[in-house]
Amino acid sequence: MPDLLLGALTADPAGLLPAREQMAVSLGWHIVLACFGVAFPTMIFVVHRRGVVRDDAVALRLARRWSKVAAVLFAIGAVSGTVLSFEMGLLWPGLMGPYGDVLGLPFAFEGLSFFVEAIFLGLYLYGWDRMPPRRHLLLLLPMAVAGIVGSYCVISVNAWMNMPTGFRVVDGQVTDVDPWAVLFSSGTVLSFAHMWVGAFMVVGFVVAAVYAAGMLRGRRDDHHRLGFTVPFGFASVAAVVQPVIGHVLGMRLGETQPAKLAAFELATTTEQPAPLRMGGLLVDGDPRFYLAIPRWGSFIARGSFRKPVAGLDTVPREDWPPVNVTHVAFQTMVGIGTLLAVAVVVFWIARWRGRDPLAHRPVLLGAVLAGPLAVLALESGWVATEVGRQPWTVWHVLRTPDAATDNPGIWWSFAGACLLYLGMTVAAYVVLRSMARRWRAGEEHLPSPYGPEEVPR
Amino acid sequence: MSLPELVAAALFAGVLAYGLFGGADFGTGWFDLTAGGSARGAAVRTQVDESIGPVWEANHVWLVYVLVTWWTGFPETFAAATTTLFVPFLLALLGIVLRGAAFAFRKYSGTLGQARVFGAVFAASSLLAPFFLGTIAGAIASGRVPAEGYGDRWHSWLNATSLFGGAIAVGTCAFLAGVFLTADAARAGRVALARTLRRRTVGVGVATGALVFAALVPILHDAPTLADGLTGRAAPLVALSGLAGVATLVLLVRHRYAAARVAAVLAVGSVLLGWGLGQYPWLLVDEVTIEQGAGARATLVGLLVAVGLAVVVVLPPLVWLFRSTQWPATAEITDHGAGR
Ligand code: HDD
Ligand code: HEM
Ligand code: HEM
Repeated sequence: MPDLLLGALTADPAGLLPAREQMAVSLGWHIVLACFGVAFPTMIFVVHRRGVVRDDAVALRLARRWSKVAAVLFAIGAVSGTVLSFEMGLLWPGLMGPYGDVLGLPFAFEGLSFFVEAIFLGLYLYGWDRMPPRRHLLLLLPMAVAGIVGSYCVISVNAWMNMPTGFRVVDGQVTDVDPWAVLFSSGTVLSFAHMWVGAFMVVGFVVAAVYAAGMLRGRRDDHHRLGFTVPFGFASVAAVVQPVIGHVLGMRLGETQPAKLAAFELATTTEQPAPLRMGGLLVDGDPRFYLAIPRWGSFIARGSFRKPVAGLDTVPREDWPPVNVTHVAFQTMVGIGTLLAVAVVVFWIARWRGRDPLAHRPVLLGAVLAGPLAVLALESGWVATEVGRQPWTVWHVLRTPDAATDNPGIWWSFAGACLLYLGMTVAAYVVLRSMARRWRAGEEHLPSPYGPEEVPR
Repeated sequence: MSLPELVAAALFAGVLAYGLFGGADFGTGWFDLTAGGSARGAAVRTQVDESIGPVWEANHVWLVYVLVTWWTGFPETFAAATTTLFVPFLLALLGIVLRGAAFAFRKYSGTLGQARVFGAVFAASSLLAPFFLGTIAGAIASGRVPAEGYGDRWHSWLNATSLFGGAIAVGTCAFLAGVFLTADAARAGRVALARTLRRRTVGVGVATGALVFAALVPILHDAPTLADGLTGRAAPLVALSGLAGVATLVLLVRHRYAAARVAAVLAVGSVLLGWGLGQYPWLLVDEVTIEQGAGARATLVGLLVAVGLAVVVVLPPLVWLFRSTQWPATAEITDHGAGR
């Protein structure tokens, strides 16, 4: 707990703590839906294309259903993203005032991509049975591209907060602003790659989990097989690639944000070579309850079994991030990532040797679990990155207390935000469940219940 | 035009587009809310679904465009507005979120009971959002947002100009939506539905017109800078708006729905433009001008590049979306349960 209060030493603005919590909740919620915006159009495309090209009725039906699910998810994804746009100003005026023109341009391009995504989503949903099938299918491609470009742009802002460029501060004034340097910063590429692949993991495992659950209940038809295989295939590739990208990303931290890396590794003192600490917490300034594997800390953090890993002793005390939150979140992500990578490799080897892993209940159970695990890894990754950046909002440029609003009412807005997100989660769950139930009952078109029966779609 | 003025114009173009497209979207909530019980209201609600279903998300992105252009182009004024107008921003946001989510949920809800709940949330929050956005506009226009931010958190938007601004926003949104819904219903051959909608739209139009004129009196006292602009430079636009509003009503009564749509857009568009012209050159009235509030030049140039790209990349598909989903008649849908 003292960890969390570290920022509260001096007179902090009244809004600091609730603003941080509110930002965390809204970003944590948005990011899951954003993943669907990034990865789902591609998966729908693969299934829909199969339906059109091979004249496969099962695939076509699946694509049609997924597009309705996408309609719901993208709608709440869009509104929760709007929340973030407001919150940037409402919660972080100290960031947006002085630095709005430094970090804003990527958001402008992000806005462009969301426009494209929203337009083509509208066209695609409307186009079923109304457009030539092949043209209709192609509408998914701009959506997929827009989702990728949009998330690249947002990530570039986040990368800038971690590796600021494109401006100078002279006598407290921000000058020499070069917004393009933010958009094309070298720091973005890796972060984006990691996020992009993470999105495919999350969507792939979550969607596959739905169909694995169906198979567990005995629904073993072509529909469920296809619904499982396509997203699971995407997720598998992503799961194998992800640890590699994550590892390279971690190595960069040694140069750019050593304090964050030290917190990740629970390194209080500089060690050469450093051990890998599994588990563990910082208690009264000392790492406890961990399992140490010699030398591996150096390898993971620096890519060599001999290089030193800088400890927190090299960082002034007031610049420490909340170590425990950062460390636990980081290890959760890495642990889950490693587990999932190993699991999919085993799965495909078994498949390749002619077995059918899906015939076994434990495999299906594991596939169901992989969905929530991937989401947890994603959330942990963000918590590690964002909390590990503390006490800086912009690394070594702007402290979080200076970014936060001085509004005492934020606890109210935070409570409201929690209620709102809870409500939306429950409502989304109820609606998606009832859609699935109606589909199983043979109602393909899901007319709105208050409308005349003959409304199409 | 200077560089900051160009960016401000691009920003205002977004406000205009959001006011018209987003406004017509929001306004459907009024007709949904007052459509009656589930049997009687089914026709109106289905029409709302059909009319805004494919386009609401795209229409909504205009708001994102406005926010992003504002904080990138004029960052300090954005921070000043969010710290001062925290409450209406938050409430508008609440409206926007609830409305978008509930609209999507309602469309696919499994039972009538669920649809009722989501429908009520959708309709009510559709009024909330434009109201509070209107109070924000009123606060800025009446010079209540100090340049350094953290202005009075309550009086900044609880005042005559703001409250009238909110009410006018709700009224104009409903008016726009009514005209569009009536035209859509008529084109789809739902005669009885078009008749009800037309009657109610004329009512909304008359009420909103009266409200706008009633608002002029307090605004003249409360927001002198804006009032000077409205009665001076922007006077022709105000007059045009009044004329176009009356024309809309006449065209509606005469069943000239396509023309009525054009007139309604003209009426609302010229009010918005009048506001913009009226408060020029102020960004935050009496506090910060466009030139003073502008961010770094390189960023302004970047924004114009983004805007140029938007014209090339976004506008053509947007036109395609509107053409393919809004204009052809969907004749296969019958006039079911309307007007009973
Ligand atoms: C499905 C999700 C997922 C999975 C399985 C992993 N990650 Fe991750 N990770 C993310 C999702 C994520 C993320 C949430 O997307 C982050 C936050 C910011 C970012 O760009 O990616 C992230 C951040 C992040 C960072 C911080 C970068 C920074 O602060 O600049 C490092 C060092 C790693 N990851 C390393 C790994 C390693 C070594 C993994 C090995 C298995 C791993 N990640 C799996
Ligand atoms: C501070 C951070 C963020 C802000 C201000 C923000 C803003 C927004 C906004 C305004 C929208 C809605 C656009 C619309 O109306 O369609 C949106 C949607 C989206 N965001 Fe975020 N976002 C943030 C973080 C992220 C992150 C981290 C990602 C990740 C990769 C992301 C990816 C997306 C995607 C793909 C969509 C489209 C989703 C959909 O339509 O379902 N955003 N975001
Ligand atoms: C690329 C997109 C993102 C941007 C631009 C962004 C921006 C921000 C900003 C401005 C803050 C507040 C300042 C600060 O606390 O330093 C913040 C804090 C935070 N964000 Fe992010 N964020 C992004 C993605 C995410 C995601 C997806 C999560 C998911 C969980 C997340 C989790 C957090 C948390 C936990 C905090 C609070 C940290 C603390 O105060 O200890 N962020 N982020």
